[in-house]
Amino acid sequence: MRLSLRQVEVSYAGPAGASLSALGPISFEVAEEEFVCLVGPSGCGKSTLIRVLAGLLRPSVGAAYCGDELIDRPLPHIAIMFQDTNLMPWRTVLDNIALPLEIAGVTRAKRYQTVRELLPQLNLEGFELAYPAELSGGMAQRVALGRVILQQPRVWLLDEPFGALDALTREKLSLELLRLRGRSRQTIVLVTHDISEAVLLADRVIVLSRRPGKLIADIAVKLPRPRSADMIYQPDFLRLAKQVRACIEDQRD
Amino acid sequence: MAESDLTPFAQPEKSRAIAHGAILRRLSPLATVLVLILIWHWITDWRLVSRILIPPPADVLDSLAAALADGTLAKHSTTTLGEMMWGLLFGVSIGLAIGYAIAKAPLLEYILSPIIVAFQSTPIVAYAPLLIIIFGTGPSSKVVTTAVIVFFPTLVNTIVGIRGVSPRLRDLMLSLNAGRWQIFRNLELPSALPVILAGLKTSTTLAVIGAVVGEFVGSGSGLGVLVISARSQYDTPLVYVTVFTMTAIALSLYSLVALLEWRVLLWQRRSA
Repeated sequence: MRLSLRQVEVSYAGPAGASLSALGPISFEVAEEEFVCLVGPSGCGKSTLIRVLAGLLRPSVGAAYCGDELIDRPLPHIAIMFQDTNLMPWRTVLDNIALPLEIAGVTRAKRYQTVRELLPQLNLEGFELAYPAELSGGMAQRVALGRVILQQPRVWLLDEPFGALDALTREKLSLELLRLRGRSRQTIVLVTHDISEAVLLADRVIVLSRRPGKLIADIAVKLPRPRSADMIYQPDFLRLAKQVRACIEDQRD
Repeated sequence: MAESDLTPFAQPEKSRAIAHGAILRRLSPLATVLVLILIWHWITDWRLVSRILIPPPADVLDSLAAALADGTLAKHSTTTLGEMMWGLLFGVSIGLAIGYAIAKAPLLEYILSPIIVAFQSTPIVAYAPLLIIIFGTGPSSKVVTTAVIVFFPTLVNTIVGIRGVSPRLRDLMLSLNAGRWQIFRNLELPSALPVILAGLKTSTTLAVIGAVVGEFVGSGSGLGVLVISARSQYDTPLVYVTVFTMTAIALSLYSLVALLEWRVLLWQRRSA
């Protein structure tokens, strides 16, 4: 599905009635099957932008579209994955992953069967009955990933999904994400503060300015796929990473 | 993917020392009670205090046997227990409903809080006579006193519990297009349950107070009535029997909720 933002602005009512601008105005498009990474300084409105695309926040000005459909509520084929794993601590791994199916009204037997078929891919076999607090950070994040996969979304919105993990686990999970995406080729928008993660994963890196976030660079990443971890040492990769870094640093004054 | 980050979720085999510690912990309250009874026995045995004030444990036991045999205890307990149960049912359901409404619509808190705080801060003993006048000397007035007294902890804990629901999980449910009922059933209720059950535990112990205070003010039957009539006849052992019965009822109800908590909140123990 193609995503488009048209002159989107988000502002909040600040203290003393003043309106505080959090985002935009910003416009860009994400093509069908494209993987776009959003980078920018912290507090630039990246998460706000994701919430707009997820239909959880109405922009103050402008509009976001998925295909030709106006995003004015959460759309069923758009899934969002948050910074923290956002699992329900009272649900087992099995029930956490199965949540989207449960909400959709799938019977218990059927949803458990579906989840069990997915578990090997997620490396979570044997942990069906564990609670989130009993899992490591990486495993918990794979449970969250499983939950998104079961939604069978055509658009994935990932808000710093691996931000809380150590660098190695994060890299591993990022590549895992590419592998799981596989041939189904969803449209992905991923927010990250990690430049090399952005370049390693994306078809395009969009750099946002400081608050209120505006688009300051749109960099195409023409590295071959499938991507692998050792690509980060290639000259092409380094050149792109430098370019992105320069864009971010340019506005630091 | 290498699994260096695997943590076993099965509980490790408990060591013997821990098992012994657990048994000791279970038995220690029992030991406390036994020691207290022994002290009580000696105080009366050595006549340190008049037997009218503190009758010997043996007399209390006799009185208990008699009250059990002629059915007085059963009759009055049933009345009180019935009042408590209905009071809990109404008080807790109304507390849950209003608490949920307040948590969802903060404006309601401003509208309702004067009434609620006034009710809570006025001693129930003071306005219980009013309730008796309005609802009569039958069980219904005690159901009301009980309901009023158990309402508050349920209300407060429901508000705290529902307001504590993670906004990110709420976003998740919304992004899954979950309906209001699904959000309540799958998110709000399980998330608030630990806090609500804690409130319910407080409520059950308060329920005895509510029912007995109501009975003190005016009633034909119930443990409160039994205490008053035993006292007026200087039947101190029967007063003790009645008081202990109230304790037993309060403790059993409390344990029942604690058991429910234990069953429902397995995840919390495992997550600790």
